Amino acid sequence: MNVEDEVRSTIARALNVPIDQLTAETQLQDIGANSLDVVEIIFDLEEKFDITIPAQISAQQAPRHGLEYDTVGAVAQAIKGLVDAKHS
Amino acid sequence: MNRVVITGIGVVSPVGRTLDEFWSALIEARSSIGPITIVPTERLSARIAAQVLDFNPRAHFEPKQASLLDRFAQFAVFAARAAVRDAGLQIDEALALETATIVGNAAGGQGTVDESYFKLYGQNSSRVHPLTIPRWMVNAAASHVSMDLGLKGPTFTTASACASGTHAIGQAFHMVRLGQVPVALAGGSEACITVGTIKCWEALRVLSSDTCRPFSRNRSGLVLGEGASMVVLEGRDRALARGARVYAELLGFGMSADAFDITAADPDGGARAMRAALRDARANPEGVDYVNAHGTGTALNDRVEAIALRQVFGPHCDRLAVSSNKGVLGHGLGAAGAFELAATALALHTQTIPPTANFDEADPECLLDVVPNVARAAKLQTAMSNSFAFGGLNAVLVLGRA
Repeated sequence: MNVEDEVRSTIARALNVPIDQLTAETQLQDIGANSLDVVEIIFDLEEKFDITIPAQISAQQAPRHGLEYDTVGAVAQAIKGLVDAKHS
Repeated sequence: MNRVVITGIGVVSPVGRTLDEFWSALIEARSSIGPITIVPTERLSARIAAQVLDFNPRAHFEPKQASLLDRFAQFAVFAARAAVRDAGLQIDEALALETATIVGNAAGGQGTVDESYFKLYGQNSSRVHPLTIPRWMVNAAASHVSMDLGLKGPTFTTASACASGTHAIGQAFHMVRLGQVPVALAGGSEACITVGTIKCWEALRVLSSDTCRPFSRNRSGLVLGEGASMVVLEGRDRALARGARVYAELLGFGMSADAFDITAADPDGGARAMRAALRDARANPEGVDYVNAHGTGTALNDRVEAIALRQVFGPHCDRLAVSSNKGVLGHGLGAAGAFELAATALALHTQTIPPTANFDEADPECLLDVVPNVARAAKLQTAMSNSFAFGGLNAVLVLGRA
């Protein structure tokens, strides 16, 4: 499984939604994620990939939801970057 | 001022999760104290407790809700739901806005703390679960009860160790009596049977290694328990108007501090709280028929409580029935006062005194009628429930037959 698929399956499990409903553009908030869900998802991903996700939640960065990682794609992108950085 | 009555009781206890199971175990002096099975015991010297066994959170909570609730909050929500059901109370939006939720708790989410710190220190993990704080915080039980039942009135936690549940119920009683709220849900909850917590209790050298024998000459210490009890309190007029069954009336609440020692109790402090509760109830000591004692089963507590009772009741002490529930339920800390308030209300309701379990022989330093091992039918008009906490914080409730 590649990083993107892992991220999708983690989010699908955490929010109890079918994995095939998740695209890169899917807004986490639209599929029922609240701020606690997001920190849980981040925790699961950190454990899975053995990385540390800098999760500064700043209104400036994410004015709409107060969440920095607001789409499935944004989460996958961030994870990919961190995983690559670990291996480089 | 409103008269205040108890119309609903909910429990999740080491002797069961229904009122029938709870009361029949107390009446039959059936102790729930046994070998610890819910956590590993290899590193423990004290290997007995009064545990709530076979409590499966998934049977009572959606996975999402369950992941947010430490065991102590699960217990509180379970007991609160049961109390509202038992009261036959319909909580509409208007009532929800006014209903108070007050939950006593001594230690917070100790299971969550234990797990997180084991990860951190034992497994050298660099992170702990993100829900650690919301699960652990000492107000989590009160918050989850309010969220689960949609109660939006005054809501908070009382933390006074072994008197937490009694302080919670006392506060709720006064709020209803003063007309600040029409209905209150109050009680106590605790779940601190963890390896870390028991180790800390062992270090204090107050835990028994055989069983809890309140007021018995051969008593050997307290035994930790767990669980929750919640009661529905409402104005008497309101309760009667809706045809509610009334278990008992709350008559008085008294509090005091020993300002003496952080663990050793002082008879003067307990006596002052009992007198304050009697004053608040406008009752005479001679009118009290039964005292549900704090009765932890430690050498010191029971002796001090006997002295305090003698100070308050004088010669009437010789006619007074006094019993402790802790031989059956162990010491539920923040839940203890709430369990015992429930037991005292049921004693008035059924006109039966629950006995002091595991009693072997009288202690000349605790010369009381402790209703040893066998329940007693009695005419009970007025009863008292004592809670004397570590830290010298005392809370006493006086109840009357409904």
